[in-house]
Amino acid sequence: MWDSFKLIALGAVAVFAAIAANYAHDLAYLVNALTVMLAAGLTFLWILRRMEAPVVIADQNEYLDGVIRAGVIATVGWGLVGFLVGVIIAAQLAWPSLNFSELTHGFTNFGKLRPLHTSAVIFAFGGNALIATSFYVVQRTSAARLWGGNLAWFVFWGYQLFIVLAATGYILGATQSKEYAEPEWLVDWWLTIVWVAYLAVFLGTIMKRREPHIYVANWFYLSFIVTIAMLHIVNNLSVPVSFFGSKSVVLFAGVQDAMTQWWYGHNAVGFFLTAGFLGMMYYFIPKQAERPVYSYKLSIIHFWALIFLYIWAGPHHLHYTALPEWAATLGMVFSIMLWMPSWGGMINGLMTLSGAWDKLRTDPIIRMMVVAVGFYGMATFEGPMMSIKAVNSLSHYTDWTIGHVHSGALGWNGMITFGALYYLTPRLWGRDRLYSTSMVSWHFWLATIGLVLYASSMWVSGIMEGLMWREVDAQGFLVNAFADTVIAKYAMLVVRALGGVFYLAGAGIMAYNLWATVARQPRVAETRVAVPAE
Amino acid sequence: MERYSFLRQLADSWVLLILVLIFLGVIVFVFRPGSRRLHRDAASSIFRNEKKPAPDRHDAPDDKEVE
Repeated sequence: MWDSFKLIALGAVAVFAAIAANYAHDLAYLVNALTVMLAAGLTFLWILRRMEAPVVIADQNEYLDGVIRAGVIATVGWGLVGFLVGVIIAAQLAWPSLNFSELTHGFTNFGKLRPLHTSAVIFAFGGNALIATSFYVVQRTSAARLWGGNLAWFVFWGYQLFIVLAATGYILGATQSKEYAEPEWLVDWWLTIVWVAYLAVFLGTIMKRREPHIYVANWFYLSFIVTIAMLHIVNNLSVPVSFFGSKSVVLFAGVQDAMTQWWYGHNAVGFFLTAGFLGMMYYFIPKQAERPVYSYKLSIIHFWALIFLYIWAGPHHLHYTALPEWAATLGMVFSIMLWMPSWGGMINGLMTLSGAWDKLRTDPIIRMMVVAVGFYGMATFEGPMMSIKAVNSLSHYTDWTIGHVHSGALGWNGMITFGALYYLTPRLWGRDRLYSTSMVSWHFWLATIGLVLYASSMWVSGIMEGLMWREVDAQGFLVNAFADTVIAKYAMLVVRALGGVFYLAGAGIMAYNLWATVARQPRVAETRVAVPAE
Repeated sequence: MERYSFLRQLADSWVLLILVLIFLGVIVFVFRPGSRRLHRDAASSIFRNEKKPAPDRHDAPDDKEVE
């Protein structure tokens, strides 16, 4: 009965998407509508073919791990795509002819590929990692199966559809020009639906938990889910120009719009890339080190301090703009205060290893996680420093910012995710161990060296740019044209691209290692009794 | 008073005070007497229930799977 309703709804969606594609005002909308039609059609067929199968009641004494396995695969796949596009655009900056503008009529220009890269690594790689690990952690720490049956699968597939819609939109020219919030209204609406389902699955599992306490990792994950929902909705308040076109008009204008955008943008860093990944840190580091977190009290204070401070730091992206000075100062002060909880969390993560430091020598996964926490500490020191107005006047609009972002993203988010993937894969597929530990070491060193090349070249390039831009002669005229700085930083751009190649190569080794862990090793442990086709 | 100035003033005074007090309250609450045992239990909860959910509390009270 319920399946019949689903079929009617999916059929209606497919037909409506076909009509929308027919009336589409622009190419991006047309492709998005066709993608939705295809997705609805495939889901329709999938449900239709399973209608006659006997209904299997999900065993509440088993964890729902299938969706996490899918999430691990998606994380690795999107990670490779995102890193590859990153290397391509890094090369484009060094050698502009690689845009191939003539050949591809501008579809592969830096301006189109850049949001593809940022969204692929943040939302596709990071987002899938967060969804998969949060489902893993919330089940284990709540000692309960995921709430909502197949709703978790809807979250997974719905999120992949969001990624595909957003990515094709960028290439075909649909963007609302808000950094890290580029997708247009139709994709935003879809993500809102998926995100509400995600919140329901996560909260539902916590509510039916069989442990008295809500473990601190779940607090971080929950704050990430709730805050991203709030940020996403407010920053994407816009009115579509037409129901059959991707263009929309943002509700805010001028400095209000800029402030809303960077309130969103900075808290996307704060709650997507920090709080969510801290949830990973608080589960996977203690598990891999086989000892409880250094101080549980500190972890609670870390959580609340982060929540209370982060939300105010956004204005530091708008120093020396039309934003009122008091707002910029507020953002700066809160950014500097944020240093303390960040380092509290870093100390908590590192000191979890106290008494087990020898593991750093023998366990490359722990090494990866520790480097991740180290980069978390470095990036959260550098960030507050760059938010100081005097420093910002030098660093803003230069490569220094890009270097800072990448030492956080490659160092902290990337490394902790790699650690979690290495932890999860043998357990989720019931294998005894990873296929090769020395490959993990190779990955570790390639990623770390790539990261150092990236960050240091961007420091040099950024500070040089900042100094060249502000250099004036005795009469007060600017000495350098913008193009002079572009020529001067050529060498640094090449080194940066090389760092990206190293990082990508490491991720490729990881992908092979994880594949071989599953495909080239016998199954030793049961992950679950049977495969319930809920 | 116009709405902007009113909200500015409210945010700068009472709301700021309330938020700071809540934050300090959280820190005091973390160090409340008797929290140590609960926190130790919570910190080690990740080492339980690795493979399977805990049995339903209604069927089997006090039957936590410890590995």
